[in-house]
Amino acid sequence: MLVATLQTSLSAMTFWVLQILNGISFGMLLFLLAAGLSLIYGLLKILNLTHGSFYLLGGYVGLVVVHATGSFILAVLVGSLAIVLIGIVMERVFLRRFHLQEMPQVLLTFGFLFIFSDFAILMWGANPQTMPKPELFSSSIQIGPFVYPSYRLFIIGFGLIVAALLWWLQEGTRFGAMIRAGVDDEETARAVGINVSLLFTLVFALGAFLAALGGVMGGPIFGVYPGADFEILLLGFVVVIIGGLGSLKGALAGGLLVGLLDNFGKVFFPELALFTIFAPMVLILAVRPTGLFGRE
Amino acid sequence: MSTQPTTESLPWPAVAAISVVAVLISLALPYLLTPYYLGLVVKMMIFALFAMSFDLLIGYAGMASLGHAAYFGIAAYATGLLALRLEWNVWLALPASLLIAALTAALFGLLALRTRGSYFLMITLALAQVLWGIAFGWRSLTGGEDGLPDVPRPDLGLQWSLTGDTPFYYFVLFVVGVGALLLIRIVSSPFGYALRGIRESETRMLALGYNIWRYKFVAFVLAGTFAGLAGCLYAYLNRYVSPGYVHVVMSAEVLLMVVLGGAGTLFGPTIGAALFVLLENMISGYTERWLMLLGLVYVLVGMFAPNGLTGLARDFRKRRAGS
Repeated sequence: MLVATLQTSLSAMTFWVLQILNGISFGMLLFLLAAGLSLIYGLLKILNLTHGSFYLLGGYVGLVVVHATGSFILAVLVGSLAIVLIGIVMERVFLRRFHLQEMPQVLLTFGFLFIFSDFAILMWGANPQTMPKPELFSSSIQIGPFVYPSYRLFIIGFGLIVAALLWWLQEGTRFGAMIRAGVDDEETARAVGINVSLLFTLVFALGAFLAALGGVMGGPIFGVYPGADFEILLLGFVVVIIGGLGSLKGALAGGLLVGLLDNFGKVFFPELALFTIFAPMVLILAVRPTGLFGRE
Repeated sequence: MSTQPTTESLPWPAVAAISVVAVLISLALPYLLTPYYLGLVVKMMIFALFAMSFDLLIGYAGMASLGHAAYFGIAAYATGLLALRLEWNVWLALPASLLIAALTAALFGLLALRTRGSYFLMITLALAQVLWGIAFGWRSLTGGEDGLPDVPRPDLGLQWSLTGDTPFYYFVLFVVGVGALLLIRIVSSPFGYALRGIRESETRMLALGYNIWRYKFVAFVLAGTFAGLAGCLYAYLNRYVSPGYVHVVMSAEVLLMVVLGGAGTLFGPTIGAALFVLLENMISGYTERWLMLLGLVYVLVGMFAPNGLTGLARDFRKRRAGS
């Protein structure tokens, strides 16, 4: 009798622990995405509607590399660097002419979203594809009574490392100080000799890099499929709305919250999963329209 | 005054003559066109109404929403569901659908209007995409990806049946005509001028004692309601509703129609909508890569004509006059 109760409570606990870890690992991917959105917005004041496409294209390029070489590390590197190149071209050739002009920015980033979305279908077809897990993390590991896929734990660890690196970059380096100066007062930053033009390109490239990284890393769990660009753009926006645009802390807190809510939504109300992220978004907007950590 | 409407004022007899000719042509169209092209014209009219409703928001009140398809789509779903599940007559279903669109716009407006700028863009897009997710995911209600097929054409309960193409054309012509006249009334009323004032300078209007939030909110709800009217008609036209009606691509398309035609003119977006429908029809006959071409159009318009074709023509005239 006692053993049976213990067993059911243990299996209930296993369920919760697994789902929470699933939510956190998805939250880490969302953090990568939202951090890029936030960085780009913070400095360039561009709402990048192409951000989800960076995620999707990163995933597809990574997939090509994995199939060609079998190396996951190479897939991560090539996938994210290819998207960095796209980001640099977009910023240098197109977006920079329309600094602080909302409508052309919206039209351009919408345009690229559609072009990339259709390009992906043209190149890789309409069927969802899955990326093989890296050899090292293909098994499950046992921690106490819980068995858990190690790849997801790897994602959580990786996300935390990226978060720490980004925080260090922003708060502890000269580059970060220049970004903060550019965010606070672009004119003065130029006046004191900061190359704001180069900074814009670097930050846009960094944002694209983070999104593409998310796309490749997420591939083994969520697959790479048409429509992921729109889906992830929406989730990225929700994270930023909740966390606050332009805040790294907000991207992390929002990412984890939305990751967990989305995961539990899909488990408990599969048909209405989006309600679970809709509700907190409404709540935040009602109480703090600029998000948890956003600035006016 | 920058707040004056941009219609280059013609003498009134000319306006009257043009209107009479336009009315005569639109009445005669079913006898001039094949049913296929008549259907295309109906689609143009519906999107013209949708574009005008969006123009009220972006062109007059200066609020760029990226989720205007929300109200278009939810009204289309309401029309389809009320007709299919509850077998409501159009006299009930149409007002009910408009009410649902208005309530949705009121809820979303309450949330989105707490913010401005990029937040406003993001929130309107996110709220509309949540609706899309529900339309896509809630299979038992909405049919999910397959949508709602076999939405019946409206039955007015009068002696004419609207199942034929010609009577349906007149029905849409009437409804869109009434909608357009109401919108023209709205933008040329003191309310419409106050919206233009808010677009130009909120601080000035605030100083003049206007309750800016209330004006913006009413404009938001009105725009959503008229979009809903277009959505109802679109459900009837296609006899079908799908998640695509609520999708961000639809919101982006109506944005393009308005920008292309010239925001803030009501007439411009009608032309933009007609051009867009024509272009879509011509291109999708030749290639499957419609979305890619559409993306290219966005990039080109963003680069060279962010003020629309009318803006482009104006710049051209200015340049010629200057040189």
